[in-house]
Amino acid sequence: MEFFHDLMNYAFLQKAFITSVMVGIICGAIGSFIVLRGMALMGDAISHAVLPGVAISYMLSINYFYGAVLTGVLTAFSIGAISQKSRIKSDSAIGIVFSAFFALGIILITKARSATDLTQILFGNVLSVRDSDMWITLVIGAIVIVTVALFFKELLISSFDETMAAAYGLNTRFIHYAIMFLLTLVTVASLQTVGVILVVSMLITPASAAYLLTNRLSTMVVLASFFGALSAVIGLYFSFLYNMPSGPVIALATTSIFVLAFLFSPQQGLVTQMFKSRGKQDAAA
Amino acid sequence: MTESITASNISVSYSGKQVVSNVSFTFEPGSLIGILGPNGAGKSTLMKAMLGLIKKNSGATQIGSESIDKVRKLIAYVPQRSNIDWNFPIVVKDTVLLGTYPKLGLFHRPSKADKAWAMECLKQVGMQDFADRQIGELSGGQQQRVFLARALAQKADYFFLDEPFVGIDVSSEEVIIGILRKLKDAGKTVLVVHHDLSKVKSYFDDLILMNNVLIDAGPVEQVFREKNMTRAYERPMTMFDDLEVQM
Ligand SMILES: Nc1ncnc2c1ncn2[C@@H]1O[C@H](COP(=O)(O)OP(=O)(O)O)[C@@H](O)[C@H]1O
Ligand SMILES: [Mg+2]
Repeated sequence: MEFFHDLMNYAFLQKAFITSVMVGIICGAIGSFIVLRGMALMGDAISHAVLPGVAISYMLSINYFYGAVLTGVLTAFSIGAISQKSRIKSDSAIGIVFSAFFALGIILITKARSATDLTQILFGNVLSVRDSDMWITLVIGAIVIVTVALFFKELLISSFDETMAAAYGLNTRFIHYAIMFLLTLVTVASLQTVGVILVVSMLITPASAAYLLTNRLSTMVVLASFFGALSAVIGLYFSFLYNMPSGPVIALATTSIFVLAFLFSPQQGLVTQMFKSRGKQDAAA
Repeated sequence: MTESITASNISVSYSGKQVVSNVSFTFEPGSLIGILGPNGAGKSTLMKAMLGLIKKNSGATQIGSESIDKVRKLIAYVPQRSNIDWNFPIVVKDTVLLGTYPKLGLFHRPSKADKAWAMECLKQVGMQDFADRQIGELSGGQQQRVFLARALAQKADYFFLDEPFVGIDVSSEEVIIGILRKLKDAGKTVLVVHHDLSKVKSYFDDLILMNNVLIDAGPVEQVFREKNMTRAYERPMTMFDDLEVQM
């Protein structure tokens, strides 16, 4: 309970708390669409590919946000171009582009800053969240939440049945790139909290756990956001009390939630099904 | 107000190979129209090209005197095998509700009335008892009925259905053809890709017979003739003995 006491008293901890919760929420929300559209790899790719942008921003001493968004968007377009304009399949295109960007990013970062910076960017350090980081995260959070709320209908139908969406006149390619753009924003917002390498765990794992628990997309988005926020706070707690890097703790928290859902989901859980089939056998006997 | 539907000079190629060549036809409203031809004839391709879902080499589709692009909201399309994720977190009634989206436009949520209408459409296809089932927990015929209900929910004037009877049970087929007939009687235009020759005469008023090129288009009695069928199917005439093809 000392944690809560400190949370009340230390501004740096409050900043870290607000930022983590927001990151958890938006990762869960965008992650739901990433999971349902089968774009998990793409999420991983974009999160890695923001690294050179972060490095270049450091070099130019501008906010890392600008560079990261730029290289994130560039990645989405490069992957789209390679998979559409050649016979290369999209998972290979993703592999080619993101490893290149990530490699470039590591070289630039080691040139631009010290090795400790690299570790922070790669694995997150939620306790070092500055005012500007918090504000960027809140602004991005507002953009993401408002966009998802306003265009929920369009996101739903284009994720579920792209053909129908296109047949009635939605621009499905634009929607695809809009989601890529939001994904880039979310990744940038997550840099301080989870770090580049493990953003994917925040995007994919809470959404996947939520997916196992419901047959309604709106419920899935809300649940995923809740799981994301919960994991982020758990991450903050451990990194504050035990001085652990926040990213890996958050990743393991999301995994624990997923495992619980996987085992005990009322409809699809492994354990639940075992009990159900035993119940049936008993009834038959 | 439904109007005539006209395809003019539609051609489509896949990687350089033309699979639909110069197809043209026109039909008045209030007709149940079969698109007929052997496997690989380009029937699905023609339908997608008419709807502007794939790139054409040439050609246009018009509703009355308007380009089809301007009246998309009047059209409902049920693809051959919906390439949807059957594990998507959506239940039957919400799937049907998607049919109300085109006319809602941006920023509007489906109202209570829209939800009631979706249930009404679900009743028409006899699937109301499955309203809360996840979409993947249905048989092929039931899934097809749900997608037809969604098309009904669109309150469309033009219906495009690609092989709606493939892989479904007899009672689903009866329900579906019954509904298509009702739509036609209400003055709608219904285009159905079909390849089971035995039902052609009882199902359709008009036919589009094609095999890459258009063989013939018009009333069934005109199109469904041995000479045409032999050309389309490139097979000897004995094959059509049981089908009451006009000699
Ligand atoms: N996406 C595609 N890419 C390349 N070829 C295709 C594609 N879709 C269909 N084809 C080819 O075009 C031809 C017409 O296909 P299709 O329109 O599906 O025929 P039908 O519906 O009459 O069976 C076939 O030879 C098929 O192999
Ligand atoms: Mg076909």
